[in-house]
Amino acid sequence: MSSDARVLTTRVDWLLNWGRWNSLWYLLFGTACCGIELMQTGGPRADVDRFGAVPRAVPRQSDLMIVAGAVTYKMAERVRLLYDQMPEPKYVIAMGSCANCGGLFTRSYSVVKGVDLVIPVDIYLPGCAPRPEALTDAILKIQKKIQSERWVAKRRPLLHGRA
Amino acid sequence: MDVREIFQRLEAKLGSVGLALAQPAAGDPSITVPAARLRDACRFLKSDPDLAFDYLRCVSGVDLKDRMESVYHLFSTQRSHGVVLKVVLDRGNPEVDSVEPVWKSANWFERESFDLLGIRYLGHSNLVRVMMPGDWVGHPLRKDYVEQEHYHGIPTTRPDPVGGEDA
Repeated sequence: MSSDARVLTTRVDWLLNWGRWNSLWYLLFGTACCGIELMQTGGPRADVDRFGAVPRAVPRQSDLMIVAGAVTYKMAERVRLLYDQMPEPKYVIAMGSCANCGGLFTRSYSVVKGVDLVIPVDIYLPGCAPRPEALTDAILKIQKKIQSERWVAKRRPLLHGRA
Repeated sequence: MDVREIFQRLEAKLGSVGLALAQPAAGDPSITVPAARLRDACRFLKSDPDLAFDYLRCVSGVDLKDRMESVYHLFSTQRSHGVVLKVVLDRGNPEVDSVEPVWKSANWFERESFDLLGIRYLGHSNLVRVMMPGDWVGHPLRKDYVEQEHYHGIPTTRPDPVGGEDA
Protein backbone atom coordinates (compact mmCIF):
# COMPACT_ATOMS: atom_id res chain seq x y z
CA MET A 1 0.00 0.00 0.00
CA SER A 2 1.36 3.38 -0.90
CA SER A 3 1.39 6.23 1.59
CA ASP A 4 -1.68 8.04 0.19
CA ALA A 5 -3.67 4.76 0.31
CA ARG A 6 -5.05 4.99 -3.24
CA VAL A 7 -2.68 2.58 -4.98
CA LEU A 8 -2.62 -1.12 -4.28
CA THR A 9 0.52 -3.00 -5.16
CA THR A 10 0.76 -6.76 -5.27
CA ARG A 11 2.48 -9.55 -7.14
CA VAL A 12 0.93 -10.60 -10.44
CA ASP A 13 1.31 -14.23 -9.38
CA TRP A 14 -0.61 -13.62 -6.22
CA LEU A 15 -3.34 -11.64 -7.99
CA LEU A 16 -3.92 -14.29 -10.61
CA ASN A 17 -3.90 -17.03 -7.99
CA TRP A 18 -6.34 -15.04 -5.89
CA GLY A 19 -8.68 -15.03 -8.87
CA ARG A 20 -8.21 -18.73 -9.43
CA TRP A 21 -8.66 -19.96 -5.90
CA ASN A 22 -11.80 -17.90 -5.45
CA SER A 23 -13.44 -19.12 -8.64
CA LEU A 24 -12.84 -22.84 -8.46
CA TRP A 25 -15.54 -24.07 -10.81
CA TYR A 26 -16.08 -27.78 -10.57
CA LEU A 27 -17.49 -30.13 -13.15
CA LEU A 28 -20.97 -31.30 -12.25
CA PHE A 29 -20.15 -34.95 -12.56
CA GLY A 30 -20.99 -37.89 -10.32
CA THR A 31 -20.18 -41.51 -11.09
CA ALA A 32 -22.00 -43.16 -8.16
CA CYS A 33 -23.50 -42.55 -4.73
CA CYS A 34 -20.83 -39.98 -3.71
CA GLY A 35 -22.54 -37.82 -6.32
CA ILE A 36 -25.41 -37.41 -3.84
CA GLU A 37 -23.03 -35.98 -1.25
CA LEU A 38 -21.52 -33.81 -3.97
CA MET A 39 -24.98 -32.36 -4.65
CA GLN A 40 -25.43 -31.80 -0.91
CA THR A 41 -22.14 -29.93 -0.82
CA GLY A 42 -23.35 -27.60 -3.54
CA GLY A 43 -26.68 -27.19 -1.72
CA PRO A 44 -27.70 -24.45 0.71
CA ARG A 45 -26.46 -26.09 3.93
CA ALA A 46 -22.83 -26.80 3.04
CA ASP A 47 -22.93 -24.11 0.34
CA VAL A 48 -19.50 -24.21 -1.30
CA ASP A 49 -20.65 -21.27 -3.43
CA ARG A 50 -19.37 -19.05 -0.64
CA PHE A 51 -15.83 -20.22 -1.50
CA GLY A 52 -16.40 -19.42 -5.16
CA ALA A 53 -16.85 -23.08 -6.10
CA VAL A 54 -19.84 -23.43 -8.38
CA PRO A 55 -20.82 -26.37 -10.58
CA ARG A 56 -20.37 -26.17 -14.32
CA ALA A 57 -22.10 -28.48 -16.74
CA VAL A 58 -19.30 -28.36 -19.30
CA PRO A 59 -15.73 -29.62 -18.81
CA ARG A 60 -14.37 -26.80 -20.98
CA GLN A 61 -15.45 -24.27 -18.35
CA SER A 62 -14.28 -26.27 -15.34
CA ASP A 63 -11.15 -25.97 -13.22
CA LEU A 64 -11.81 -28.87 -10.89
CA MET A 65 -13.03 -32.38 -11.43
CA ILE A 66 -14.53 -34.14 -8.42
CA VAL A 67 -14.61 -37.84 -9.23
CA ALA A 68 -17.56 -38.76 -7.04
CA GLY A 69 -17.89 -42.51 -6.83
CA ALA A 70 -16.77 -45.82 -8.31
CA VAL A 71 -15.37 -45.64 -11.82
CA THR A 72 -15.94 -48.68 -14.01
CA TYR A 73 -13.62 -49.62 -16.86
CA LYS A 74 -16.38 -48.60 -19.25
CA MET A 75 -16.68 -45.20 -17.55
CA ALA A 76 -12.90 -44.74 -17.22
CA GLU A 77 -12.63 -43.88 -20.90
CA ARG A 78 -15.28 -41.18 -20.47
CA VAL A 79 -13.61 -39.82 -17.31
CA ARG A 80 -10.38 -39.52 -19.25
CA LEU A 81 -12.18 -37.78 -22.12
CA LEU A 82 -13.81 -35.25 -19.78
CA TYR A 83 -10.51 -34.63 -18.03
CA ASP A 84 -8.77 -34.06 -21.35
CA GLN A 85 -11.40 -31.50 -22.34
CA MET A 86 -10.77 -29.38 -19.23
CA PRO A 87 -8.38 -26.47 -19.77
CA GLU A 88 -5.11 -26.23 -17.81
CA PRO A 89 -4.55 -25.60 -14.99
CA LYS A 90 -6.89 -28.27 -13.72
CA TYR A 91 -7.30 -30.15 -10.46
CA VAL A 92 -8.83 -33.46 -9.45
CA ILE A 93 -10.36 -34.60 -6.18
CA ALA A 94 -10.85 -38.36 -5.87
CA MET A 95 -13.92 -38.42 -3.66
CA GLY A 96 -14.65 -41.50 -1.57
CA SER A 97 -12.99 -44.88 -1.13
CA CYS A 98 -14.04 -46.18 -4.55
CA ALA A 99 -12.41 -43.35 -6.44
CA ASN A 100 -9.33 -43.61 -4.19
CA CYS A 101 -8.56 -47.31 -4.53
CA GLY A 102 -11.65 -49.23 -5.61
CA GLY A 103 -13.00 -49.28 -2.06
CA LEU A 104 -15.83 -51.70 -1.59
CA PHE A 105 -15.33 -52.95 -5.15
CA THR A 106 -11.63 -53.73 -4.80
CA ARG A 107 -12.23 -57.40 -5.71
CA SER A 108 -14.65 -56.53 -8.47
CA TYR A 109 -14.05 -57.29 -12.13
CA SER A 110 -15.64 -54.12 -13.44
CA VAL A 111 -14.38 -51.28 -11.23
CA VAL A 112 -11.07 -49.46 -11.72
CA LYS A 113 -8.84 -49.80 -8.62
CA GLY A 114 -8.52 -46.10 -8.09
CA VAL A 115 -9.12 -43.25 -10.50
CA ASP A 116 -5.45 -42.24 -10.20
CA LEU A 117 -4.74 -45.13 -12.58
CA VAL A 118 -6.62 -43.14 -15.21
CA ILE A 119 -6.05 -39.43 -14.44
CA PRO A 120 -3.67 -37.61 -12.05
CA VAL A 121 -5.24 -36.87 -8.64
CA ASP A 122 -4.48 -33.87 -6.39
CA ILE A 123 -6.52 -34.67 -3.30
CA TYR A 124 -7.58 -38.08 -2.04
CA LEU A 125 -10.69 -37.69 0.06
CA PRO A 126 -11.46 -40.78 2.16
CA GLY A 127 -14.93 -41.77 3.30
CA CYS A 128 -17.86 -43.83 2.20
CA ALA A 129 -19.35 -41.46 1.35
CA PRO A 130 -17.48 -38.40 2.69
CA ARG A 131 -19.73 -35.86 4.36
CA PRO A 132 -20.21 -32.43 2.73
CA GLU A 133 -17.92 -30.95 5.40
CA ALA A 134 -15.15 -33.29 4.24
CA LEU A 135 -15.60 -32.32 0.62
CA THR A 136 -15.62 -28.64 1.59
CA ASP A 137 -12.32 -29.23 3.35
CA ALA A 138 -10.93 -30.91 0.23
CA ILE A 139 -11.92 -27.90 -1.84
CA LEU A 140 -10.20 -25.61 0.70
CA LYS A 141 -7.08 -27.77 0.41
CA ILE A 142 -7.15 -27.35 -3.38
CA GLN A 143 -7.35 -23.58 -2.73
CA LYS A 144 -4.28 -23.86 -0.47
CA LYS A 145 -2.49 -25.70 -3.22
CA ILE A 146 -3.34 -23.00 -5.76
CA GLN A 147 -2.04 -20.33 -3.38
CA SER A 148 1.37 -21.95 -3.38
CA GLU A 149 1.61 -22.25 -7.17
CA ARG A 150 3.30 -20.03 -9.74
CA TRP A 151 0.98 -18.91 -12.52
CA VAL A 152 2.66 -20.83 -15.27
CA ALA A 153 0.62 -23.37 -17.15
CA LYS A 154 2.16 -26.63 -16.09
CA ARG A 155 1.53 -29.76 -18.00
CA ARG A 156 0.79 -32.90 -16.04
CA PRO A 157 3.04 -35.91 -16.53
CA LEU A 158 1.69 -38.53 -18.89
CA LEU A 159 0.05 -41.53 -17.32
CA HIS A 160 0.62 -44.91 -18.88
CA GLY A 161 2.03 -43.22 -21.96
CA ARG A 162 -1.23 -41.48 -22.75
CA ALA A 163 -1.53 -37.71 -23.22
CA MET B 1 -51.53 -73.20 -8.95
CA ASP B 2 -48.66 -75.01 -7.23
CA VAL B 3 -45.51 -76.24 -8.90
CA ARG B 4 -46.65 -79.89 -9.05
CA GLU B 5 -49.72 -78.98 -11.06
CA ILE B 6 -47.69 -76.73 -13.36
CA PHE B 7 -45.27 -79.58 -13.86
CA GLN B 8 -48.08 -81.98 -14.76
CA ARG B 9 -49.48 -79.54 -17.32
CA LEU B 10 -46.03 -79.13 -18.82
CA GLU B 11 -45.52 -82.88 -18.89
CA ALA B 12 -48.85 -83.40 -20.65
CA LYS B 13 -47.86 -80.85 -23.27
CA LEU B 14 -44.20 -81.70 -23.90
CA GLY B 15 -43.92 -85.33 -22.81
CA SER B 16 -41.84 -86.44 -19.86
CA VAL B 17 -38.51 -86.83 -21.69
CA GLY B 18 -35.85 -84.71 -19.96
CA LEU B 19 -38.43 -83.00 -17.78
CA ALA B 20 -37.77 -83.07 -14.04
CA LEU B 21 -39.27 -81.52 -10.96
CA ALA B 22 -36.98 -80.61 -8.06
CA GLN B 23 -38.41 -79.66 -4.66
CA PRO B 24 -35.46 -78.99 -2.37
CA ALA B 25 -36.06 -78.53 1.38
CA ALA B 26 -34.71 -75.01 1.17
CA GLY B 27 -35.28 -72.65 -1.73
CA ASP B 28 -37.77 -72.51 -4.56
CA PRO B 29 -38.92 -75.68 -6.34
CA SER B 30 -37.84 -75.76 -9.96
CA ILE B 31 -38.64 -77.53 -13.21
CA THR B 32 -35.77 -78.65 -15.42
CA VAL B 33 -36.55 -78.47 -19.11
CA PRO B 34 -34.43 -79.93 -21.96
CA ALA B 35 -32.66 -77.08 -23.77
CA ALA B 36 -34.16 -78.05 -27.13
CA ARG B 37 -37.71 -77.70 -25.80
CA LEU B 38 -37.24 -74.51 -23.81
CA ARG B 39 -38.92 -72.12 -26.20
CA ASP B 40 -41.88 -74.47 -26.70
CA ALA B 41 -42.27 -74.77 -22.95
CA CYS B 42 -42.14 -71.00 -22.50
CA ARG B 43 -44.67 -70.37 -25.28
CA PHE B 44 -47.03 -72.86 -23.65
CA LEU B 45 -46.56 -71.41 -20.15
CA LYS B 46 -47.31 -67.95 -21.47
CA SER B 47 -50.26 -68.77 -23.72
CA ASP B 48 -52.15 -71.35 -21.64
CA PRO B 49 -55.01 -69.43 -19.97
CA ASP B 50 -54.74 -71.36 -16.67
CA LEU B 51 -50.99 -70.79 -16.41
CA ALA B 52 -50.73 -67.33 -18.05
CA PHE B 53 -47.11 -66.60 -17.20
CA ASP B 54 -47.09 -63.08 -18.59
CA TYR B 55 -44.07 -61.81 -16.66
CA LEU B 56 -40.45 -62.95 -16.95
CA ARG B 57 -38.92 -61.74 -13.71
CA CYS B 58 -35.33 -62.73 -14.19
CA VAL B 59 -32.97 -64.79 -16.31
CA SER B 60 -29.81 -65.82 -14.52
CA GLY B 61 -26.85 -68.00 -15.34
CA VAL B 62 -25.01 -70.36 -13.01
CA ASP B 63 -21.58 -71.89 -13.47
CA LEU B 64 -21.51 -75.21 -11.62
CA LYS B 65 -17.99 -76.14 -12.82
CA ASP B 66 -19.13 -79.35 -14.58
CA ARG B 67 -22.11 -77.72 -16.27
CA MET B 68 -23.91 -74.45 -16.68
CA GLU B 69 -27.48 -73.57 -15.98
CA SER B 70 -29.75 -70.88 -17.29
CA VAL B 71 -32.53 -70.16 -14.82
CA TYR B 72 -35.84 -68.44 -15.58
CA HIS B 73 -38.07 -66.97 -12.89
CA LEU B 74 -41.61 -66.61 -14.19
CA PHE B 75 -44.63 -65.00 -12.63
CA SER B 76 -48.27 -64.66 -13.59
CA THR B 77 -49.80 -61.32 -12.71
CA GLN B 78 -53.24 -62.72 -13.59
CA ARG B 79 -53.03 -65.91 -11.53
CA SER B 80 -50.56 -64.73 -8.88
CA HIS B 81 -48.38 -67.82 -9.12
CA GLY B 82 -44.77 -68.30 -10.05
CA VAL B 83 -42.42 -70.99 -11.27
CA VAL B 84 -38.69 -71.48 -11.80
CA LEU B 85 -37.44 -73.11 -15.01
CA LYS B 86 -33.93 -74.46 -15.37
CA VAL B 87 -31.99 -75.51 -18.43
CA VAL B 88 -28.77 -77.50 -18.09
CA LEU B 89 -26.08 -76.53 -20.60
CA ASP B 90 -22.80 -78.00 -21.78
CA ARG B 91 -20.05 -75.97 -20.10
CA GLY B 92 -17.74 -76.17 -23.12
CA ASN B 93 -20.41 -74.86 -25.47
CA PRO B 94 -23.22 -73.21 -23.53
CA GLU B 95 -25.97 -72.48 -26.02
CA VAL B 96 -29.72 -72.27 -25.64
CA ASP B 97 -32.60 -70.73 -27.57
CA SER B 98 -33.38 -67.18 -26.58
CA VAL B 99 -36.79 -66.58 -25.00
CA GLU B 100 -36.80 -63.00 -26.25
CA PRO B 101 -39.46 -63.85 -28.88
CA VAL B 102 -41.71 -64.94 -25.98
CA TRP B 103 -40.98 -62.21 -23.41
CA LYS B 104 -39.36 -59.01 -24.66
CA SER B 105 -37.84 -58.42 -21.22
CA ALA B 106 -35.46 -61.32 -21.81
CA ASN B 107 -33.38 -59.03 -24.01
CA TRP B 108 -31.19 -57.43 -21.33
CA PHE B 109 -31.33 -60.42 -18.95
CA GLU B 110 -29.83 -62.65 -21.60
CA ARG B 111 -27.27 -60.04 -22.57
CA GLU B 112 -26.15 -59.90 -18.93
CA SER B 113 -25.91 -63.66 -18.70
CA PHE B 114 -23.94 -63.70 -21.95
CA ASP B 115 -21.66 -60.93 -20.74
CA LEU B 116 -20.78 -62.45 -17.36
CA LEU B 117 -20.92 -66.17 -18.12
CA GLY B 118 -20.65 -66.49 -21.89
CA ILE B 119 -23.92 -68.35 -22.38
CA ARG B 120 -25.01 -67.83 -26.00
CA TYR B 121 -28.71 -67.27 -26.54
CA LEU B 122 -29.58 -68.31 -30.08
CA GLY B 123 -32.04 -66.07 -31.90
CA HIS B 124 -31.40 -63.09 -29.62
CA SER B 125 -31.82 -59.80 -31.48
CA ASN B 126 -28.71 -58.08 -30.09
CA LEU B 127 -26.45 -60.40 -28.11
CA VAL B 128 -23.64 -58.02 -27.09
CA ARG B 129 -22.13 -57.20 -23.72
CA VAL B 130 -24.25 -55.02 -21.47
CA MET B 131 -22.03 -54.35 -18.43
CA MET B 132 -18.40 -54.88 -19.38
CA PRO B 133 -16.80 -52.88 -22.21
CA GLY B 134 -17.41 -54.37 -25.65
CA ASP B 135 -13.78 -55.42 -26.14
CA TRP B 136 -13.36 -57.02 -22.69
CA VAL B 137 -11.69 -60.43 -22.72
CA GLY B 138 -13.40 -63.32 -20.95
CA HIS B 139 -16.55 -63.71 -18.89
CA PRO B 140 -15.96 -62.53 -15.28
CA LEU B 141 -18.36 -64.83 -13.40
CA ARG B 142 -17.00 -68.05 -14.83
CA LYS B 143 -15.28 -70.10 -12.14
CA ASP B 144 -12.07 -70.37 -14.19
CA TYR B 145 -11.99 -66.67 -15.13
CA VAL B 146 -8.57 -65.02 -15.23
CA GLU B 147 -8.68 -61.24 -15.40
CA GLN B 148 -6.52 -59.51 -17.98
CA GLU B 149 -3.66 -57.45 -16.48
CA HIS B 150 -4.41 -54.24 -18.35
CA TYR B 151 -7.42 -52.75 -20.02
CA HIS B 152 -6.59 -49.94 -22.49
CA GLY B 153 -3.48 -49.13 -20.47
CA ILE B 154 -5.27 -49.16 -17.10
CA PRO B 155 -3.83 -51.74 -14.69
CA THR B 156 -6.52 -54.01 -13.25
CA THR B 157 -4.66 -54.47 -9.95
CA ARG B 158 -3.35 -52.10 -7.31
CA PRO B 159 -0.45 -52.88 -4.97
CA ASP B 160 -1.47 -53.06 -1.32
CA PRO B 161 0.40 -50.27 0.52
CA VAL B 162 0.60 -52.29 3.76
CA GLY B 163 1.94 -55.41 2.12
CA GLY B 164 -1.16 -57.57 2.08
CA GLU B 165 -2.51 -59.44 -0.88
CA ASP B 166 -2.78 -57.14 -3.91
CA ALA B 167 -6.28 -56.15 -4.88
